[in-house]
Amino acid sequence: MPDFIVQWLNTHDVFTATTMLHYWDGLVTTVQLVFLSLVIGLVLSVPLAILRTVRNPFVSGPVWLYTYMFRGTPLLIQLYIIYYGIAQIQGIQQTFWWEIFKDPFYPALLAFVLNTAAYTTEIIRGALEATPHGEVEAAKAYGMSWFMRTRRIILPSAARRALQAYSNEVIFMLHASAIASVVTIVDLTGAARDIYSRFYAPFDAFIAVALMYMALTFSIIFVFRHLEKRMLRHLKPLS
Amino acid sequence: MLDLHGYGPSILKGAVITVELALLSLLLAVVLGLIGASSKLSGNRGLYAGATAYTTLIRGVPDLVMMLLLYYGGQVLVNKLSDFLYYEFNVDWFFQFDPFISGVLTIGLIFGAYMTETFRGAFLAVDSGQIEAGKAYGFTRWHTFRRIMFPQMLRHALPGVGNNWQVLLKTTALVSIIGLTDMVRVAEQASKAEHAPFKFFVPVAVVYLLLTAGSELFIRWVNSRVSVGVVKGD
Repeated sequence: MPDFIVQWLNTHDVFTATTMLHYWDGLVTTVQLVFLSLVIGLVLSVPLAILRTVRNPFVSGPVWLYTYMFRGTPLLIQLYIIYYGIAQIQGIQQTFWWEIFKDPFYPALLAFVLNTAAYTTEIIRGALEATPHGEVEAAKAYGMSWFMRTRRIILPSAARRALQAYSNEVIFMLHASAIASVVTIVDLTGAARDIYSRFYAPFDAFIAVALMYMALTFSIIFVFRHLEKRMLRHLKPLS
Repeated sequence: MLDLHGYGPSILKGAVITVELALLSLLLAVVLGLIGASSKLSGNRGLYAGATAYTTLIRGVPDLVMMLLLYYGGQVLVNKLSDFLYYEFNVDWFFQFDPFISGVLTIGLIFGAYMTETFRGAFLAVDSGQIEAGKAYGFTRWHTFRRIMFPQMLRHALPGVGNNWQVLLKTTALVSIIGLTDMVRVAEQASKAEHAPFKFFVPVAVVYLLLTAGSELFIRWVNSRVSVGVVKGD
């Protein structure tokens, strides 16, 4: 570490090497948790969104019910139900699942995945339903099968339309992940709460962590702005 | 059936607190949103920068962190101010920062930023010919705002305000973390005491679902009322 940082850390009561390391562990946990939930949620939501647009109500109905329930209740409640509920399932403590779920990280991950998948499903559904009819007709005219036109025409075109709303969902997920700290996970917020209670220094502890979240948020916005530029290049006005 | 081991009535009381919290926060958010949007559109550079800093700051920080900062930090500030007043001016003044007030302040502050963007868009959506017509009639700026801009802006703002309200309602659950005995906290305590998480959290989830579904219907109804006389697709 450069000398001036070491010196600064030595003169400060709250931000010592120990607490900085604690923040770093929290940052790693937050990034892991958010990244994993977003990736798994996205993978789940694409087929769910396709099912949601099917005409048959016995197919689209259950998906609608799932997204409605998860979007209509607070994530905190979903987290509590899964976190406290899993331990209550009869006999789970004898199975290997318990080895996984006794670590609070995995119940939280499950809650976040289910939540973000519900929101993402609705975002993608909106984009799918806005597909210009001519594009589908053109694909049919070329003799493409349902699978091929979904993969080559409909999904890529929907992905472009969904990008903006999805970037909001990513930021929302990052902010929502702060509640992982209530089920004893030491994420960024959890680290800040530990440091607050150790030093009774609310401003140092929480403003520092707020700045870290801001840095993460603006990096996400930056990345998505780049993606939008790339994916929507054909829509840019000439000149 | 709704007795829930005797916890039913306190969960119901908690639900009332949740609704009160949400409505008060909404009020604060709308006021802040109107101030923010007016500042952004005022053409004054200082006001614009202030409002932009406000909305950017809020977008970057999680609601829970904001709430913890305001709840714990707010009390430290009030204590310092109270000491200062007592030693310097001999004024005995103290204020306890309780979770309810912190919750209203935080949620109001956060959604004030989102409302700022909603109202800004809504003001911009009002046809500029309307303002010119106001000027032509010799209306003052305040008159144009009150009689022409504000009523027409409301119709454009309504869908956005409705969305913000739905998110706000779900955010109120966070206030249980700083110790407000709303229905989430009652359910958490009950489920720990009785070792029956589903029994208590599922009814609370259902209450939230009813609140969001009810608001959805209400917003749709209000929207159809204020859109009377507006041709669809216009």
